[in-house]
Amino acid sequence: MSSNSYDYVDGSAAAGELSKIFAVDVTAAEGQCAHCGAIKRFADARLYTQSPGIVARCTVCEHVLLRLVNTPQRVLLDVRGMTYLSFDRA
Amino acid sequence: MGTISRGFSGRRSSADAQLPPGQYLTTDFPVLSAGPTPHVSLDRWGFTIKEGTDVLRRWDWESFRDLPTESFTADLHCVTRWSKLGTSWEGVSLDRMLAGVKTNSSYAMMHSYGDYFTNLPLVDLMNKQAWIVFRFDGKDLAPEHGGPARLLVPHLYLWKSAKWVSGMTLMHEDKPGFWEGLGYHIYGDPWREQRYSSNQ
Amino acid sequence: MWRVGKVVALHDETSTARTITIEIPDWPGHAAGQHVDVRLTASDGYSAVRSYSIASAPNSERRIELTVERLPKGEVSTYLTQEVAISDRLDFRGPIGGWFVWRTQQIEPIQLIAGGSGIVPLMSMIRSRASAGSTAPFRLLYSVREPGAVFYRDELRALSDKDRSLIVNYVYTRVAPIDSPRQPGRIDAALIANTTWPSNLAPTCYVCGPTPFVESVAGFLSASGNSPNKIRTERFGPTGDRK
Repeated sequence: MSSNSYDYVDGSAAAGELSKIFAVDVTAAEGQCAHCGAIKRFADARLYTQSPGIVARCTVCEHVLLRLVNTPQRVLLDVRGMTYLSFDRA
Repeated sequence: MGTISRGFSGRRSSADAQLPPGQYLTTDFPVLSAGPTPHVSLDRWGFTIKEGTDVLRRWDWESFRDLPTESFTADLHCVTRWSKLGTSWEGVSLDRMLAGVKTNSSYAMMHSYGDYFTNLPLVDLMNKQAWIVFRFDGKDLAPEHGGPARLLVPHLYLWKSAKWVSGMTLMHEDKPGFWEGLGYHIYGDPWREQRYSSNQ
Repeated sequence: MWRVGKVVALHDETSTARTITIEIPDWPGHAAGQHVDVRLTASDGYSAVRSYSIASAPNSERRIELTVERLPKGEVSTYLTQEVAISDRLDFRGPIGGWFVWRTQQIEPIQLIAGGSGIVPLMSMIRSRASAGSTAPFRLLYSVREPGAVFYRDELRALSDKDRSLIVNYVYTRVAPIDSPRQPGRIDAALIANTTWPSNLAPTCYVCGPTPFVESVAGFLSASGNSPNKIRTERFGPTGDRK
């Protein structure tokens, strides 16, 4: 299952795009993978950005955590791959 | 529109005639992927045509490579706006692979090793419009470009040409695939610039 | 969300990398380790966005410095290292990132490990520490292919000469200087054991560079006893192959 093509970057590379949607910084947020249950910082997710959209994958099981697409009019976000995202209260 | 950057034009070239709207010409071959490159050994590789739970056809690598092949050139158009013209491929036509299949389905969902999937009308996979290709530019198709075998459907945006293809499921109704379900057009004709679904 | 910045200074760090100083009138300030997104727009509307780490320390001026390395076939990095001129205006979004950050309140030992241009956000941390007068123990292990690829060499020497609690070690992976005690080669477990804070000091580790470098180094740090939540990483993608 482990991939060694290293063609991903950090979750923090999506922080700019996600700042259009979330008022708080997502990179320090914790998320639970809906597939394997691993709880990790979003910054540690594997981000595939060379794509029609951004895909964040769990660093443990590689399942999709989150997807984001920009169209001219809208931003579309799919977070079904995470059971939750949790943030510090400011 | 953003602040214009003096002297910036990106990696486009001036010979952009004859391209679908909004595309630019590239001479390299960008690698786009929604996930890690799967590593599929040829002794485990298979391509299956299913309908519901019924397996209608199945090939392993040996029986797939026994099928007659075609060599052809194609222009590629990616929804991220790059186009690469005159690429050369060798593969098996979907007309040949679907030959003799009896079905009332009009659509197919293509599946890849990994979790990618994309939908197409069956008619777009036939009539010399689609191939399962395994050689690019005279060499075995590299894993980063979809090897050992990928779908190639040049008349649609390249996200429909599923890399690391493992099979197809015939469907009565059209259902959105990986990107079609998140804002991209259900059909994807580059000449009508069908990048996004109409309500996006 | 996008702010306009004006280029006010340019400085070559190496034959392929340049530091760009940008004035952004409404810049909200940043923390050491954060990055910005830079957007270039052509006159027909075509645009490209890339992320660059901020090299400068947090300060109250509305200026940031980015050090950009030119990538082969990189359309944005080529523009920023070769074309951009003083007074040019560009779009910026940020600062971005809340995890790969060092704050001056942190007093624990800090281990920084840089691969190539991964030094940039770590330099922001080193500069931040210096301007705040922090005495937090800092070690930097900086890996480059060859001596000409080092950024900020003089500044690093000046800072570490002046301050015993900042220790800098270089690793050369392809070509080493004649007086180098070690043959050219990648970071390995022995080097980690010799040049980094022992894990029983519970350092917070920041590793930045190309993805394979970061994965390899994080593996060594973990194997030498550092717990995963003490290892923060920033991966730039596969070396040279990003399109």
